[in-house]
Amino acid sequence: MTDSMSPQTRRELLSMIGKMGGGVALYQAMTALGHAAETQFTGPPQLSGAKPGASVVVLGAGLAGMLAAYELAKAGYQVTLLEYQDRPGGRNYSVRGGDKVVEVGGTTQTCEFSEGNYLNPGPWRIPHHHRTLLHYCKSFGVELEPFIQMNHNVFVHRTDAFGGKPQRYKELAVDFKGHVSELLSKSLNAGALDDKVSKEDKEKLLEAMRDWGVLDKDLAYTSSLKVSGQRGYDQAPGGGVNGAPTPSKVNALSDVLASNVWTQMGFYFNYVMQTTMFQPKGGMDMIGKGFAKQVGKLIRYNTKVTKIAQGGKGVTVSWQDLKSGQVGETKADWCVCTIPLPVLSQLDVQVGPKMQAAIRAVPYNGQLKIGVEMRRRFWEENYSIYGGHSFTDQAIGLISYPNNNFFKDDSAVLVGAFANGAGALQLTGMTPEQRIEAALAQGSVFHPAEYRKEFMNGVSFAWSRQPWILGCTSRWTEESRAAHYQNLVALDGRVVLAGEHATYYGGWMEGSLLSALDAIKRVHQKALAA
Amino acid sequence: MSLPVSRVALVAVTALAFVTNVGARAQDSAGGSSSVKVADEGRQVYEQICQACHMADAKGGAGAGANIPALANNPKLADKDYPLTLLLRGRGGMPWFTDMLSPEQMAAVATYVRSHFNNYPDPVSVEDVKRVGAARPGPVPDCTTCN
Repeated sequence: MTDSMSPQTRRELLSMIGKMGGGVALYQAMTALGHAAETQFTGPPQLSGAKPGASVVVLGAGLAGMLAAYELAKAGYQVTLLEYQDRPGGRNYSVRGGDKVVEVGGTTQTCEFSEGNYLNPGPWRIPHHHRTLLHYCKSFGVELEPFIQMNHNVFVHRTDAFGGKPQRYKELAVDFKGHVSELLSKSLNAGALDDKVSKEDKEKLLEAMRDWGVLDKDLAYTSSLKVSGQRGYDQAPGGGVNGAPTPSKVNALSDVLASNVWTQMGFYFNYVMQTTMFQPKGGMDMIGKGFAKQVGKLIRYNTKVTKIAQGGKGVTVSWQDLKSGQVGETKADWCVCTIPLPVLSQLDVQVGPKMQAAIRAVPYNGQLKIGVEMRRRFWEENYSIYGGHSFTDQAIGLISYPNNNFFKDDSAVLVGAFANGAGALQLTGMTPEQRIEAALAQGSVFHPAEYRKEFMNGVSFAWSRQPWILGCTSRWTEESRAAHYQNLVALDGRVVLAGEHATYYGGWMEGSLLSALDAIKRVHQKALAA
Repeated sequence: MSLPVSRVALVAVTALAFVTNVGARAQDSAGGSSSVKVADEGRQVYEQICQACHMADAKGGAGAGANIPALANNPKLADKDYPLTLLLRGRGGMPWFTDMLSPEQMAAVATYVRSHFNNYPDPVSVEDVKRVGAARPGPVPDCTTCN
């Protein structure tokens, strides 16, 4: 018999705690029990009871701004959203045929992709533990599909390895694992680690290395059908008379090391890179559009903020309409500002010196992506690659294969570059035509017979030159975190900042949303107390 | 002729205890390691790195949501420590370049920008870079979700 006050299972206990203590208590209890430590999301905020007539002006209709507007409007505030661009979403964006990409300096590309094809120039993959984003996608009817993050059949290319010839990831990764296992086994058997491991652990480790590394009876990593069962065969198993497979030849240790394949193997271990990952069906901007369906009527587009002033009674935001030239002011009790820092740091913002200093303390990374439209899916037809990424040490960083419409005969768009660091700056400094040429030249290493032949058109997106942000992701240091982070996120009078920069989750939509939720909870609290 | 990356890194580390290239990696990245090298000559450093933002004519960008400062005809560059401070520390939206450029490359590009786009012909030396860099330690990237 079950006593209703004595939980019999962990689920019953959690349910009881949830009912009695609410979401936060439930979350804390779950964390204590080893669940849910993967997110700070505790469910949508339950804000209510805004004072009659209380108002908020939200600056920026990216995900943070739109979520702030949505939850504040739900709580009863009068909300106005001002947006510089002519669309919602901010960095949550997809470039499609007919779209113009205009850069600082006026350089303009018109995307020529066919109907249905797109490039996600900013965010493009969603980790399974980004529960805030997943929650609102579900709430707003944004359909998600798998993002093929991990594919063993892609290529790894390193200019100085294998004569510059790309190798299949599965071959390099299995070889790396095998050679490391052999070396560890040899060290163990030579007694080199006897002072580090117990006799029992040594036996267990030897067994693990033999099994995991697919070593032979002499604990050597050598070519065999068993090893080919992981890295692939010279002749794959078949049926009938010639059904017998033949093994592939393993690569030598020094060749495998030259490929740096451990950097890809390590990449897949990253918390934010682990499967399962998702993408919205039809383009990343479906998320921005999903949010805009909820708050679109609150947004004033093409509106360039020029000044943020505040006093004891409220906030006054001055702006200019980019289409008509009209200038105007929006007054509200509170302001949630999600304007990216490279832009905000150049505006007249009436906040205290600490927040001023914080706004100027965070530079941005300038990533670059290129989309190349191909006539056919040669990577599927000729290489058996269905989604995933082929990696290179060249400036383009990778080429990434589409995650949807497998086996279709139509054209498709590859991500032809996802450049960071010096590679991104080199490509950004080029003209759009030069960037496409570089993408074709570098990407051709993976598919030399098809890459140029099947190329139709391409579009590049250089974040450093996007007039509305001048960068892509915020870049904190230990020093700037210590000196400025709390000053950046603190409520300054009637102004609070939110967005990707106001988070420890930089570069991810999840961070922007968590930042917005935290900011509006504090604004609401202060508004009720005022 | 460009130095191998490891050599550049070694010079940078020994000269100013610069950080590794981890800071150049973003929160979401392609995955794997890059072999992209930056040239050593001043004009080439400008073309490969600086002109991404400051544009080929060094006139920057205006009329956008915010400005990218011009380097051409910029009186602030009269003080050679000014560009070095920015390269070593960053400012506003501009990041530091200690994880991308060696002291030699910084000196070369500062010399180029000051003499080519401005009228300050006296060269900037590696010693200048070290002197300015020694005043404050280099930035240490902070990123809990970097990869």
